[in-house]
Amino acid sequence: MASTALDFLPAPLRSLRLKTKQQELLLRVSALALIYVLAFAVRLFSVLRYESMIHEFDPYFNYRTTLFLSENGFSEFWNWFDSESWYPLGRVVGGTLFPGLMVTAALLHRLLRALSLAVHIREVCVLTAPFFAANTTLVAYAFGREIWDSGAGLVAAALIAIVPGYISRSVAGSYDNEGVAIFALLLTFYLFVRAVNTGSLAWALASAFGYFYMVSAWGGYVFIINLVPLYVLVLLVTGRYSQRLYVAYNCMYVLGMLLAMQIRFVGFQHVQSGEHMAAMGVFFLLQVFFFLDWVKYLLNDARLFKSFLRITLTCVITVGTLALVIGTASGYISPWTGRFYSLLDPTYAKDHIPIIASVSEHQPTAWSSFMFDFHILLFLFPAGLYFCFKRLSDATIFIVMYGLTSMYFAGVMVRLILVAAPAVCLISAIAASATIKNLTTLIRTKSKSPQVTSGKTTGSKAAAKGAVDQSLPFQHNAAIALLLGAFYLLSRYAIHCTWVTSEAYSSPSIVLAARGHNGGRVIFDDYREAYYWLRQNTPPDAKIMSWWDYGYQITAMGNRTVIVDNNTWNNTHIATVGRAMSSYEDEAYEIMQSLDVNYVLVVFGGVTGYSSDDINKFLWMVRIGGGVFPVIKEPDYLVNGEYRVDKGASPKMLNCLMYKLCYYRFGELTTEYGKPPGYDRVRGVEIGNKDIKLEYLEEAYTTSNWIVRIYKVKPPKNRS
Amino acid sequence: MPPSFQTLATATVLLLLFTASAVSCASLPPEDGIRIVSAEKRIDLTGPIVKVYLTLKVENVAAASDASQVLLAFTPTEVQHLAIVKATRAEGKRKKKTYVPLAVEASDLATSAPNGANLYSVLLDAPLKPGETITLEVLYVLTHSLEPFPAEISQSESQLVYYRDSAVLLSPYHVLEQVTYIKMPSNRIESFTRVDPTSRAGTEVKYGTYSNQAPNSYLPILVHYENNRPFAVVEELVRKVEISHWGNVQITEHYKLRHGGARHKGVFSRLEFQSRPSISGASSFKNLLARLPPRVHSVYYRDEIGNISTSHLRIGSHKSELEIEPRYPLFGGWHCTFTIGYGLPLQDFLFESDDGRRFINLTFGCPLLDTVVDDLTIKVVLPEGSKNPQPIVPFATEKHLETSYSYLDVVGRTTVVLKKNNVVGEHNVPFQVYYEFNPIFMLAEPMMLTSAVLLFFVACIAYLHMDLSIGKSS
Repeated sequence: MASTALDFLPAPLRSLRLKTKQQELLLRVSALALIYVLAFAVRLFSVLRYESMIHEFDPYFNYRTTLFLSENGFSEFWNWFDSESWYPLGRVVGGTLFPGLMVTAALLHRLLRALSLAVHIREVCVLTAPFFAANTTLVAYAFGREIWDSGAGLVAAALIAIVPGYISRSVAGSYDNEGVAIFALLLTFYLFVRAVNTGSLAWALASAFGYFYMVSAWGGYVFIINLVPLYVLVLLVTGRYSQRLYVAYNCMYVLGMLLAMQIRFVGFQHVQSGEHMAAMGVFFLLQVFFFLDWVKYLLNDARLFKSFLRITLTCVITVGTLALVIGTASGYISPWTGRFYSLLDPTYAKDHIPIIASVSEHQPTAWSSFMFDFHILLFLFPAGLYFCFKRLSDATIFIVMYGLTSMYFAGVMVRLILVAAPAVCLISAIAASATIKNLTTLIRTKSKSPQVTSGKTTGSKAAAKGAVDQSLPFQHNAAIALLLGAFYLLSRYAIHCTWVTSEAYSSPSIVLAARGHNGGRVIFDDYREAYYWLRQNTPPDAKIMSWWDYGYQITAMGNRTVIVDNNTWNNTHIATVGRAMSSYEDEAYEIMQSLDVNYVLVVFGGVTGYSSDDINKFLWMVRIGGGVFPVIKEPDYLVNGEYRVDKGASPKMLNCLMYKLCYYRFGELTTEYGKPPGYDRVRGVEIGNKDIKLEYLEEAYTTSNWIVRIYKVKPPKNRS
Repeated sequence: MPPSFQTLATATVLLLLFTASAVSCASLPPEDGIRIVSAEKRIDLTGPIVKVYLTLKVENVAAASDASQVLLAFTPTEVQHLAIVKATRAEGKRKKKTYVPLAVEASDLATSAPNGANLYSVLLDAPLKPGETITLEVLYVLTHSLEPFPAEISQSESQLVYYRDSAVLLSPYHVLEQVTYIKMPSNRIESFTRVDPTSRAGTEVKYGTYSNQAPNSYLPILVHYENNRPFAVVEELVRKVEISHWGNVQITEHYKLRHGGARHKGVFSRLEFQSRPSISGASSFKNLLARLPPRVHSVYYRDEIGNISTSHLRIGSHKSELEIEPRYPLFGGWHCTFTIGYGLPLQDFLFESDDGRRFINLTFGCPLLDTVVDDLTIKVVLPEGSKNPQPIVPFATEKHLETSYSYLDVVGRTTVVLKKNNVVGEHNVPFQVYYEFNPIFMLAEPMMLTSAVLLFFVACIAYLHMDLSIGKSS
């Protein structure tokens, strides 16, 4: 068609016309480029609507460490002892974080500086996640091409660019490990599948480095180190063992393990932790398998080999089990961690580790959030699995396994939808691409048939293929209808994704926006108001006690020392704070004195109706505190199993520190017209204790909408 | 009120001492035969900054010599806090009055003044002939001269301050007739020193008329009164002016602000502050007004942790006003840092002088109204390739050059740095920076970008046409 369109052009220009292959390449490259831009641009809602700022809680820690890294250099960062958090314990930051994200951002910043672009490190941090999301689309394209064809790759790239499950963690400003980790995860998988497909040492090496990057970026690398051996095992069992697999896995595992040991936070876990033992087991199994294969080839005698096999297997299993038992018993191999257990068993955390259960993103996933985050992909996913099974290969087996396992984990924890998103996109892309391809083939055979007679050769192959299905009636019309339906679904998907991104996933959560009476936007910037007040108007060595949620933000924005923060490594310390918050003021004062606390910060939404405040989180404080200190008993704070703050609340509740700090002088304030003073707009009740007197603390600052309240701990009284 | 009685007593003692010393030093005769026929001193204490207006009628009584300068005397404490001294010569009478500005400089005649008093000389444009009389109008501004007492107040109290000065004009000359007025912001005056004749009318206290004062007389007075005006002190202000010959002047100002009044003590109650705004935290302030040039655009207001969403901008044809609200109300002793940035059209500020050099004409000082700047740094970043910068500022500043780097800079931009301490609103006068610039340098950066993109495409083409594999491709 291109030739006819260009015929009217003069001869020199005509030489510019492209061959079909080049046209296809141009189309593909421009589509990919557009997808790349789209993936980046769709994540910028929050920057346009609010500002270029870091979101949520954990990203503030990442930002603070990146700032430190770019200012002080890598070795200082590696040896950084942070005395501003976990007072009085402190934290060895270099040894307790995944440095991948910070190093990436710092390198990007340095690169831009070297190109004499004077950008602030904050801008780099804010845009790191969208940048890596855009890169992920390229990996998804390559991966899709590897497991199916380039069409599926393109569809996969387009789907993953806007899938809400991934966007939720990679909008501009959500500067978190997951932002780069999903890129690293998919890259590792792609390179590994590529290595298995080609048997090339180079690709296996590349996948080992991909794995190294993943390990440096996120704790989710455990998923890779368990999925890959599982995949190898499945291939072994299904009789798909090959030299290619042997090369790919051994190289990837050995090098990946050695590289991963360079990360201080991971250390020797690859050989010492129960979570990593599966990979090692499969590694040895593969050696045994290879050895047996070789012996079988040498012996060339089935009977002899059978007895040899029996002896070897018995030996290997005995040695393996013995090693595992001795290792576990001697404590050399650590048992599975609670987080790992809670992944396998959704009910585990609720009974044993309240601190994990208290985080909302660790809750089991509701059906609605699957629908919300995947939309049509939920229907395309099984269809894709069907296509994968229909054309079974090493690569499709991998993607099927990745899809099924990650879907299970996504069902266990809300936040793991993120891990499932790439797999779901890839499998759905196979379904979408294969379906559309089949349908268009059907349509083209009909329309091309007159052309076949006119001597054109292009349609002949398709025509021959289509001729088989010629018997179906209304085939052409049905194909068109189905195609239209597919486009409708895909366009609904695009609309849904954009809507979800703009409505649900693009608010920074540190700045709250609401609609005012006249429809205008009202901004509640109370968090930053309070943190900035702390930063400017408290002594530089002041210690702030708050619930752990706000720890990172206080250290990053308030620049002050906190008792506990979002790195919940010490449960006892958090329980101590929980105990202080749930005790009477005089008991709490003793705890606060023992922790050198100067200021106490609480978050209170009763005036504005901001529901994720400390009163609503309070039961978790009680539970976590009570888990370590049995003096705190949850039933003391409840009335007939009911949690209330009004007149009917339990006396312990009405007089505990948290209640007093939240509602201090609130009883004199009228929050809503026609309601009595002291009406709590979140709980929808009039508070039960309006006459709160503070003896050991005094109000130091309350933000303009009362969301953050800061109290100063008075120095001990003189002995008289 | 016991404290004020006590201070009154000490003031009286001081007064006695001072008069004694004044008499002993009076033997030093002034240089020439100048004497002050009448002097009026008006002290404006309504704001956080003290402004003193002097009207001096000066006569040369010497028989032979012309006088080229008139000396003003300041105490050592005053000199420490002295921000600016301006003098004008008034001509004509009443409505036809015109003012001729005169130069003022620190005089080196310090030895002749007693008790470490410093002298400033007003240089007359025409020598004062014997027997002639002129009228001088002098304005000087004192910063940090109001001392809060009590030094710490709670949220419900209002702020009281001390002001110390002399009832009579400190002058190296004989003063025939003199009167001092002190204007205060409200009726609430706790105490003031009486040096008869002294009278009070509403918010104003009048000292005098005193006649025939010997040179260098000093009668200390102390006023204790209520002043709830915002004591906004900018401890440090760095203004960075970046000039782009592509049509923009970008100004970035980093403020370090402090409430310089009586320190806040005890609780801060949001409830009180919200429900009784008039009496609760009377000396605190919530917002500040910055006066920016007209046609300002792309204004932003942020701090280290992000945008501050509370500000209002009014753009007018003569000036723009930016009303900024810090994240929290500032009480005594509270700090706050923030950054304001804005762009201005280049054609309003950049001009070409007759000798072919360019000059940028900017306003010195701080755009915030009624504030003292303790430490002002102005950095004028000239475009890359500018040469021979020469700043011209109407008063003494510390100057040096440095190099700064920004987007796509190779050799760096020449930056003129001007520093001055103790800056007040009276310093908001134009200053110029002259420099040489070749317009060809404007094209350097676009050329760099274009060639980078070109190189990229060439590299792509080269890559597509090359076979990089070692083995033979099948």
